[in-house]
Amino acid sequence: MSIDTETARRVAKLARIKVEDDALPALAQEFGAILGFIEQLNEVDVDGVEPMTSVTPQRLKRREDVVTDGDQQAAVLKNAPDAREGFFAVPKVVE
Amino acid sequence: MSELSKLTIAAARDAMRKGDLTSAELTGACLAEADASGALNAFVHHTPDLAMEQAKAADARAGADAPSLNGIPLGIKDLFCTKGVPSQAASRILEGFKPEYESTVTTQLFDAGAVMLGKLNMDEFAMGSSNETSVYGNAVNPWKIDADLTPGGSSGGSAAAVAADLCLAATGTDTGGSIRQPAAFTGITGIKPTYGRVSRWGIVAFASSLDQAGPMTKDVRDSAIMLQAMCGHDPKDSTSADISVPDFEAALTGDIKGKTIGIPKEYRMDGMPEEIEKLWSDGTAMLKDAGAKIVDITLPHTKYALPAYYVIAPAEASSNLARYDGVRFGHRAKLEQGDGITEMYEKTRAEGFGAEVQRRVMVGTYVLSAGFYDAYYNRARKVRALIKRDFETVFADGVDAILTPATPSAAFELGANFDPIQMYLNDVFTVTVNLAGLPGIAIPAGLDAKGLPLGLQLIGKPWEEAELLNVAYSLERAAGFVAKPAKWW
Repeated sequence: MSIDTETARRVAKLARIKVEDDALPALAQEFGAILGFIEQLNEVDVDGVEPMTSVTPQRLKRREDVVTDGDQQAAVLKNAPDAREGFFAVPKVVE
Repeated sequence: MSELSKLTIAAARDAMRKGDLTSAELTGACLAEADASGALNAFVHHTPDLAMEQAKAADARAGADAPSLNGIPLGIKDLFCTKGVPSQAASRILEGFKPEYESTVTTQLFDAGAVMLGKLNMDEFAMGSSNETSVYGNAVNPWKIDADLTPGGSSGGSAAAVAADLCLAATGTDTGGSIRQPAAFTGITGIKPTYGRVSRWGIVAFASSLDQAGPMTKDVRDSAIMLQAMCGHDPKDSTSADISVPDFEAALTGDIKGKTIGIPKEYRMDGMPEEIEKLWSDGTAMLKDAGAKIVDITLPHTKYALPAYYVIAPAEASSNLARYDGVRFGHRAKLEQGDGITEMYEKTRAEGFGAEVQRRVMVGTYVLSAGFYDAYYNRARKVRALIKRDFETVFADGVDAILTPATPSAAFELGANFDPIQMYLNDVFTVTVNLAGLPGIAIPAGLDAKGLPLGLQLIGKPWEEAELLNVAYSLERAAGFVAKPAKWW
């Protein structure tokens, strides 16, 4: 499977990882090698097989729909690179 | 002093119960070993003050009815969130992150009286098989020939620390083999329990449907003791199983008469070193001598486990790692004039993630993207269902446990510079177990011609860790592995 540099650029964009233009050909080649390895899966007959959703058969437990936690603003913001006046601060989003 | 850190959990526990040893002495000895182990690069954050405080508290409650791990000094993999202590998954993107909470596993270990010596090296976000993707630089295997060897990965620091007697035991996590491969490379024991046995809450997520934590210890009994303390239902992890946890240590009778052990033919690979082949047949003979019935079995989809894993794990990782956005915690890139929020995300993630993590996040993004989801992700989940069915079939036919090699080779040299796929092949014998959600244990069973440890893996039925540990205990006694690395660090 060959991946072109345009596809590599698009994937990097979707993943929100900055990749410089001169690094794209090598990245495309790596993707190609990994996807080639994955292509082996096409040999398997999967007709009528349901995709696995849960490795141990279980029904998710339910609990009362009540508040169990909260009032932890300081703890939540403690590790933020930029927190101001009780909020996470980010660059301007709306022009 | 240094002899104390060589104790097993069971021996230290018994000595402390009798009053022959205090946790302060034991913890002091381990801290000294950890301090002098810089060449191994196993401990990446030391917490001596916390350790001595916990040791003193343990000594205050010492006695016959002290909890199971009272005063036992442990190393904790950097993947576990530990309150107020750096927990950065060996990634630059979590530089400076000090959690405001404690993971369920470490909470339970501390409730059982354990002492934390510090945080242990690993591959970044647990993605790697050699500990070389770590932001801290690689940990080094205490077993050495000429060149420095990898301790394996991703729990490489945990494996190195236990093998070098820097601590009595350590926590590990295992998504595709990250407990069992490093255990095999360093001559120690490590068990990955059934998916859902141990809470994942507070463990930095890699691939949520595959990740499980487990103990890395000096022997099978210690694994039983420590696993007991780590298990149990946790409402904070929706996939944590609400079923009772048996007494694992009490299950260690060594009696495996009448048990059926399966030998899967698909694990006999082309080009497998003769030494591994011999180790495997020796192990088979030992279980037979102990009274087990040996049967040949087939797990026909084994070959497709690694390709399925390298769709599913990156897919889940790309989703889990979306949270590292430079907003809520960890690293944020310095921005240029005019940079907006998209540039902030892209620069932060480019600077914060290492090459292997970036590669997997992008592969995961690709296989989940519009137009490829069915061809890659859904197909891989179907193959995963078939891999699980293979195991269900042999267990339904009466097999109690499965014996395989743990790894396709002994520890390899650091800097070997494999391409990504060669590196992925390290997990060829272990990854099926994660895909099927089963418990698996690696135990040391022999040395290769160069004198490096080799491990065997036993795979058990879901929720049957007690039986699995007992088979491993029987094999451990028969193998009689006692070799230790010569101290050079």
